[in-house]
Amino acid sequence: MVTLLSPIRLWAVVAKEFIQLRRDRLTFAMIIGIPLIQLALFGFAINSDPKELPMAVRSAESSAYTRSIIQAIVNTRYFNVTEITDSEQTANEILARGAAQFVINIPADFTRRLLRGERPSLLLEADATDPAATSNALAAIKQIPNTALAHDLNGPLASLQSAGAPFSIDIHRRYNPEGVTQYNIVPGLMGVILTMTMIMMTSLAITREHERGTMENLLAMPVQPLEVMVGKITPYILIGYIQVLVILAAALWVFHVPMLGSALLLMLGVLLFILANLTVGITISSVARNQAQAMQMSFFFFMPSILLSGFMFPFRGMPQWAQVIGEALPLTHFLRFIRGLLLKGNEWMAAWEHLWPLLAFTAVMMAIGLRRYRRTLD
Amino acid sequence: MRMNNREEIIKVKDMSKSFGGKVAVDKVSLSVYKGDIFGFLGPNGSGKTTTIRLLCGLLTPDEGEGRCLGYDIIKEARHIKRQVGYMTQRFSFYEDLSVRENLEFVARMYHLQERRKAVDEALDNLGMKSRQTQLAGELSGGWKQRLALTACMLHKPKLLLLDEPTSGVDPEARRDFWEEIHRLADEGVTVLVSTHYMDEAERCNRLAYIAYGHLVGEGSPQSLIADSGLATWRIESADIHQVAEKLKRINAVEQVAPFGTRLFVSGTDAQQLEQDLSAFAEQEGVNPERTQPRLEDVFIQLMRSSEEKRW
Ligand SMILES: Nc1ncnc2c1ncn2[C@@H]1O[C@H](COP(=O)(O)OP(=O)(O)OP(=O)(O)O)[C@@H](O)[C@H]1O
Ligand SMILES: [Mg+2]
Repeated sequence: MVTLLSPIRLWAVVAKEFIQLRRDRLTFAMIIGIPLIQLALFGFAINSDPKELPMAVRSAESSAYTRSIIQAIVNTRYFNVTEITDSEQTANEILARGAAQFVINIPADFTRRLLRGERPSLLLEADATDPAATSNALAAIKQIPNTALAHDLNGPLASLQSAGAPFSIDIHRRYNPEGVTQYNIVPGLMGVILTMTMIMMTSLAITREHERGTMENLLAMPVQPLEVMVGKITPYILIGYIQVLVILAAALWVFHVPMLGSALLLMLGVLLFILANLTVGITISSVARNQAQAMQMSFFFFMPSILLSGFMFPFRGMPQWAQVIGEALPLTHFLRFIRGLLLKGNEWMAAWEHLWPLLAFTAVMMAIGLRRYRRTLD
Repeated sequence: MRMNNREEIIKVKDMSKSFGGKVAVDKVSLSVYKGDIFGFLGPNGSGKTTTIRLLCGLLTPDEGEGRCLGYDIIKEARHIKRQVGYMTQRFSFYEDLSVRENLEFVARMYHLQERRKAVDEALDNLGMKSRQTQLAGELSGGWKQRLALTACMLHKPKLLLLDEPTSGVDPEARRDFWEEIHRLADEGVTVLVSTHYMDEAERCNRLAYIAYGHLVGEGSPQSLIADSGLATWRIESADIHQVAEKLKRINAVEQVAPFGTRLFVSGTDAQQLEQDLSAFAEQEGVNPERTQPRLEDVFIQLMRSSEEKRW
């Protein structure tokens, strides 16, 4: 009977694609060349000015004074309180998951020591994986101790204010203490490079058959769409891994990016991301009429991926509509995954939050591709 | 012998296909029976390739219906594909794969048992054993053609759809090819073959002639000749070109075809033509001899009359 997927025919397509790829020197050069060129080019970071970044408050106590301080922080417009907790563990988790960019810690005897004139300090923990996202916010918070309590400390307490700031804020940059931009850019580059090469190469896979005239033969044979599509993307999984190794080697040994998470988890996440991009490519390939069109469509997908995924500009600094588009792109989720894994040492649970969107994306894309696959020459 | 076996392998009715408003195939109806060697002829751009593609489900007809090997050509194309060997007009195997790799690919596509053996045999028959590692793109035109032919027969299909399989193939290979076709037909394989060669048309047991997307003639070579209404004379002359020029001025002469030192003169009005030619013979000192119309003359006649109908 008619099978949806025959392993023999699938293997026929995979073997053929491998042979063709091996004989195509230009493509091979591209696979190694593009990562190297991109790594060299993106030695700089692009800054912007994201506001209303999510902040969690971990308060061991609450008084009129601490409330005034929080209000003053929010008034800078760089911060937005999204969560209040009294547990250190919860606060840590929130930061590791990326649910908040900052956690402000208010210690238990803060108010008492403030009123005694001991000039206590608050601890602000920042998720500094993307230094560009936090730098302006951190600059703004430096003024807070001088001004926050100007109205609260009056009458007999005015003296506390006059002798300089009545309290201080310690800043703790988590995950990337030196604020090294490359820590953020280089893992991100892995995603950008994979997006670019995976989509570009597979978007040509079917259109090339149409243009060389070999599609007529292929369509006349009893091969199923799924066999062609899966068979054509399989070799590129290997290619993707080669690129990942090149970039990872550069990240670890040239840019000294830390690698805190598990290598196995990294390889799994990379696989899901590669698959997501390959299905985009193969879908473009089954929709496009010719190679030029396929390249245009690839570019059309590639641009928002670079601009709206949080690679170019901090994600939280983008307007709402851009964030909505960004959420639909695999690169956005991959960036969160890879930064979380390398810099924060994210475990399986935290990583899963960024990985399931990739799976969902792949399934939807593959369904579109299969629907649009042309079984005739019309 | 074959004619008794009337199982219909291809049956299409009023099939039409146009590309962007331009009609390529116009209400074509065809029947091809088991064991037939069905020759498909027609001028360039007349719709042969389009018709063949419609038959194996590579194109969807705009109108009409058809069955091929008992399956509906629109709804059951994928069943048809398994039992059909289609040789495309333009070489469409992988130029960056070797001869052997191409054959192996095809063998896997059709789930051939004992793949290696089947490929080895095919290479032997082709006489390409020693060149099996050569890239298909580096083969000469004729060898590409022969490779494609072998590849499309690899899975022993019940129906062969061959689109100009011998264009660019040398005479000996062509003779081998036709011997093979006749052998397969004896075994019950049905062959539909498009060609521009008259000697090949004569080797078919049935012919169809298509012009401007219309099927304008169908039947055995003999019946096509008999039904054409053409009368033909042969004239030998040392200076055929001069004679030909003069002949063309005679009204009843519709076709003048030089062939070596001979001219074939044909027309539909046999009586008038005979009279005119005998007058011409006396004048010019040539000796016209009545002969059977050749297929070529018949086809040109068919093409011209369909042109007239069109305008
Ligand atoms: N894919 C297509 N798009 C547009 N027009 C097409 C397409 N395929 C065929 N045609 C047109 O349909 C007509 C019939 O073409 P077809 O290839 O069937 O002719 P043919 O009889 O095989 O000619 P030849 O002897 O040159 O091979 C031609 O006018 C051709 O231009
Ligand atoms: Mg043709």
